Amino acid sequence: MIKKVVSRQSSIVSAWILLFLLTTCNAQPISSTELINNARLYDRKTVVYEGEVIGDIMRRGDYAWINVYDGKNAIGIWINASLIKDITCVGSYKTRGDAVEITGIFNRACAEHGGDLDIHALAIRKTSSGRPVQERLNTAKRNLAIVLLGILCLVWILSLLKRR
Amino acid sequence: MILKPRLEDIKNIGYYLGRIMIGLGLTMLVPILIGLSFGEINPILDFIIGFEITLVFGLILTELCVTEKDLSWMQGMVVVSLSWLVAMVLGAIPLYLSGHWKSYLDACFDSMSGFATTGLTLVQDLDHLSYTHNLWRHLIMFIGGQGIVIIALSFFVRGVSGAFKMYVGEARDERILPNVINTSRFIWLVSITYLALGVLALGTVGVLNGMRATNAFFHGACVFMAAFDTGGFTPQSQNMLYYHSLPYEVITVIIMILGAINFKLHYHIWMGNRREILKNIETVTLFTTVMITFLITAVGLEQFGVYSKGAILFRKGFYQLISGHTGTGYQTIYAAQFINEWSHLALVGIICAMALGGAVCSTTGAIKMLRIGIIFKALKEDLKRIMLPEKAIVIEKFHHIKKVFLEDRQVRSALIITLSYLVLYGLGAIAGMFYGYPFLNALFESTSAAANVGLSCGLTNVNMPAALKVTYIFEMWAGRLEFMSIFTLIGFLVAVIKGK
Repeated sequence: MIKKVVSRQSSIVSAWILLFLLTTCNAQPISSTELINNARLYDRKTVVYEGEVIGDIMRRGDYAWINVYDGKNAIGIWINASLIKDITCVGSYKTRGDAVEITGIFNRACAEHGGDLDIHALAIRKTSSGRPVQERLNTAKRNLAIVLLGILCLVWILSLLKRR
Repeated sequence: MILKPRLEDIKNIGYYLGRIMIGLGLTMLVPILIGLSFGEINPILDFIIGFEITLVFGLILTELCVTEKDLSWMQGMVVVSLSWLVAMVLGAIPLYLSGHWKSYLDACFDSMSGFATTGLTLVQDLDHLSYTHNLWRHLIMFIGGQGIVIIALSFFVRGVSGAFKMYVGEARDERILPNVINTSRFIWLVSITYLALGVLALGTVGVLNGMRATNAFFHGACVFMAAFDTGGFTPQSQNMLYYHSLPYEVITVIIMILGAINFKLHYHIWMGNRREILKNIETVTLFTTVMITFLITAVGLEQFGVYSKGAILFRKGFYQLISGHTGTGYQTIYAAQFINEWSHLALVGIICAMALGGAVCSTTGAIKMLRIGIIFKALKEDLKRIMLPEKAIVIEKFHHIKKVFLEDRQVRSALIITLSYLVLYGLGAIAGMFYGYPFLNALFESTSAAANVGLSCGLTNVNMPAALKVTYIFEMWAGRLEFMSIFTLIGFLVAVIKGK
């Protein structure tokens, strides 16, 4: 009898997970601008949001904050720390961060986090890996700097000669 | 008859302008050092180019206009107003070269916003900006907050009695110590001491929040410089929302309030005269106006049910309000949320707070507390005159470091500056409406620019019309210098053209 109940419960849970994955897999990502401008509309709804992880991964106990930038704005994602093991690169001047797709509950004014606009992640998928950005010396800037250095030295020497 | 300025006047102005340019150029060495430590090659080149151009122009100007004469009042005021424009143009060079600003005008906008400690920004892809450029954005706020001329007074000008004229021209009419150069140095001492404490506090909280140590302390330094100088830039595009931290918000509120206090009051607190905080007209007025404007904002937020809990309403409402009142411009909500979610009443509360500002001789902009206090005292005096018998002698006093008797010239001066600010807020709003923006949005952004606040309801963006960008640049410049030096510059230009 107990076995029957447990198996029925697990099949219901499986069905819900399947339904959730089916709906979210087909869901189109929503842009940050759309979410911010229509925050009341999306409040407490499951949304899909994608972008680049930028800045820092800020661990807070079993959870962590990551900030995901979609090219227009960045939105804070509250996520279970176990889900972000795959994230190795965060965006900065020298790094292109991992691109991720977040499925989670959007909050216009999150009661748990002091009224911040955020997303509580239910699932995360890394869509592409980040990489270090190779900084090449800009030769035009280098040449301009050398020419200006020459002019500066000339002006400085002339000013010294004038004072004598 | 208007007298045409003599060559001597122009030489004097050129010489001091050149000295200030050299001072500005030397400050570009700081980001170069940061760039070296982070190994950022191209950003270093951007600053070397900026440094060289600034120094070349500065040296040429000082050599062409070499003089040993002192500045007159008119010359001092013209030097100050011009030096802020020159700083904007030269300070924008490394920003523009980074490629994160779409046009030179945009770079100039951010440069003026930084120097004037406003915080409105047109930067693109801020989250991938180098440490070198990010430091410069915040350093110019620190320089601008103290006053560009203050740097020159502190480090490059010695024994010049005309220094006081430049000091006044930069909207600081109070001498803390008898000597104006010592006053400038005291301002730096206060700022550097708080800088060390602020970076330590913010850096530690950053590390505890899970940030990498380098980032935590770098952000700590940047955020402190922008908060203490009531600027509003942050190293990341989300502004304060990046940190997701209540302690970070609390510390920045404390720093913003410290930045909004008169340096003269800082001096008296440092000297052990702590009771002055409770008696001073500026702190009393600040407390009163914060309470009134917060009440308006809170009622506005409650009316629309913007936040479900009282604690959240307080946290969001009070943070934006203090940020606006102190002229900082840090936000814990997105710009669009102001317009889309906040009620008109809540916005009016924030606009009033922004329009009022902090203390005189602080790093804030706007009308300022001393003037509001004086106008209120004058109103009280006039009411007493009406109410009391005609033969009664009515005297009004206020406490500002010492007991001061209210005089008509103080009221006149306070009213002229207040009126000038109100006109500036209004003209900027009209300019915004001219380009089709709704009244409240236009007034919000105009007040934010002219009062050097930096809160934005989303109107400031890279796609806004160039003429509106220029309008806001003018508002930031005029608002920071409190008009007098700009009126003098206009008078000087008229004299150059029409004088005989």
